[in-house]
Amino acid sequence: MSMDRIRAIVAQTVKLSKDISDISDNDDLYSLGLTSLTTVNLMLSIEDEFDIEFDDNMLSRQTFESITSLAEAIDELQD
Amino acid sequence: MEALAQRTFEDIKATLHKLGTDVVAPAAILVDQDARFPEEAFAAFREHQLLSTYIPQEFGGDGLSISQICELCRILGSYCGSTAMIFAMHQIQVACIVHHAGGSEYFRQFMARIHSEQLLLASATTEIGVGGDLRSSICHVDVADDGNFTLEKKAPVISYALNADAILVTCRTNAEAPASDQVQVVLNKGQYELEPISGWDTMGFRGTCSSGFVIKGTGHKDQIQPMPFSQILAHSMHPVSHLTWGSLWTGLAQGAVNKARQSVRDMMRRSNELPQITATRLAELDEVMFSMKGGLFSALEEYQDILDSGNLFRAEKYGFSIQVNNVKTRCSEMIVDIISRAMLIVGIGGYRNDGKYSLCRELRDAYGAALMVNNDRIRGHNATMQVAIRES
Repeated sequence: MSMDRIRAIVAQTVKLSKDISDISDNDDLYSLGLTSLTTVNLMLSIEDEFDIEFDDNMLSRQTFESITSLAEAIDELQD
Repeated sequence: MEALAQRTFEDIKATLHKLGTDVVAPAAILVDQDARFPEEAFAAFREHQLLSTYIPQEFGGDGLSISQICELCRILGSYCGSTAMIFAMHQIQVACIVHHAGGSEYFRQFMARIHSEQLLLASATTEIGVGGDLRSSICHVDVADDGNFTLEKKAPVISYALNADAILVTCRTNAEAPASDQVQVVLNKGQYELEPISGWDTMGFRGTCSSGFVIKGTGHKDQIQPMPFSQILAHSMHPVSHLTWGSLWTGLAQGAVNKARQSVRDMMRRSNELPQITATRLAELDEVMFSMKGGLFSALEEYQDILDSGNLFRAEKYGFSIQVNNVKTRCSEMIVDIISRAMLIVGIGGYRNDGKYSLCRELRDAYGAALMVNNDRIRGHNATMQVAIRES
C-alpha cells in the first residue's frame, strides 16, 4: 500500500516532532518538522521509491504538506 | 475624501514626485545625518492619503495594483532610500492584510481605518534566539477564555517602531505549538509597550530607525490574522517584500545614474566635446541598470499575474520563489555596482558629502540591501530548491 511506503519515507527523511504513527494523513508536516531542506530529501526519496519524477509545476509547499497531498501527487505522476 | 478616492494613478505619481522634490529630498540629508524618522515626509504622505494607496476602494483606498505600488516605491527611492524603505515596509504589511484578511470583520474595519486614519504599519518578525529565521517563533500569543490575549516578543529589529500606529507581530499560535506554527497579530498603538534593547546607528538606511525592542502587548483574539503565517509569508510577504525592495533599490540606483548623466552633460557643456571615457562609462552603467530593471519587472509581471488570477498558491511554486529570491539577491548587489560606477563617472563630486553630485548616502544605503534578510540565507534556500527543479 503506497500510504505505508510514503509514511516510511517521511519517517526516514524528516526529523518529526512526533512518532509517525501519531501523525494522521492530513496533518501539516511543515508544522511537525518538515523544512525546505528536508523537503528536497523527501522529494528525492519518493522519486526513487516510486520511480517517478516530480513536475516543476508540482514543486510547492502544497504538494509536500501532508501524507495525503503526497499520495495525490504520486497518483497523478503514476497515471 | 470622495474626490481623492477617484484620483488616477497618474495623479498619485505626480503628487509623489512633487512631495519628493519639495519635502522628501530636502529632509533626506538631516534624516540620514541624525538617523531619525522622516517625519515631514510621512506627515505629507498622510495629508495626501498615500498610506492607503493599496487599500481597496471599497474601504476608501485607491485600490492600486502591486505593480503600481512598486512604481511608487521606485519613485520614492530616487529621493530618499530610508523614506522609500519605510513606505515599502508599510505596504508589505498592508498587502498581507488586503490579500488574506478580507473575511474577518475586524480586519475589514482595520483596512477602513488604515485609510481614514492613515495608519502607518510596522512589523516585528525576527526574534532573538531564532537566528533570523522568519518561519520560527519562540514567543506565542496567549489567548485567555474571555478572548483577550497577551503577547511578548524580543525583537532584534522593529523598524520605525516608535513612529508606527500599529505593529504586526509574528508568534506561535499557542504555548504548546511548534516553532513553525505561527500567526500574525496586529497590535494597535496604546495596546503595546516598547522597551528598547538596541539602537540603530548604522552605515545606511539610517532613517528607518530599525532598533530592537521587547514588545509587550494585549488585545482581543479578533486581532489575530485568520490565515496561518506560513501562507501569508509565501503568498504575500515574501514576494511583496522582495519586489517593493527591488523597486526602491532600482529607484535609488536610477537616482545615481541620473546624477552621473548630469555630470557628463556638465563636462560636455564646459568642453563642448563628448568626454569619451565618462560617456562610455555612462553607456555601460545604463546597461547594468537595464538588467536590474529587467529582472525586477519580469518577476513583478509574474506576481501581478498570480494576483490577478486569484490563485495565490501559484506563489508557492519553487520556480516563482527562486525568481523572487533572485530579484532580492541580484538587485541588492547590482545597486552597489551601479552606484559605485556612477561615482567613478562623477568623480570627486560624488565622493563629497556635500554638493549636488554627492553619492555618499546612496552608496552607504546600497550596502545595506544585501544584508537586510542576508543574501547568504536566501541563496541557501535557492540552493535547495535548485536541486528540486528541473528547469529555471
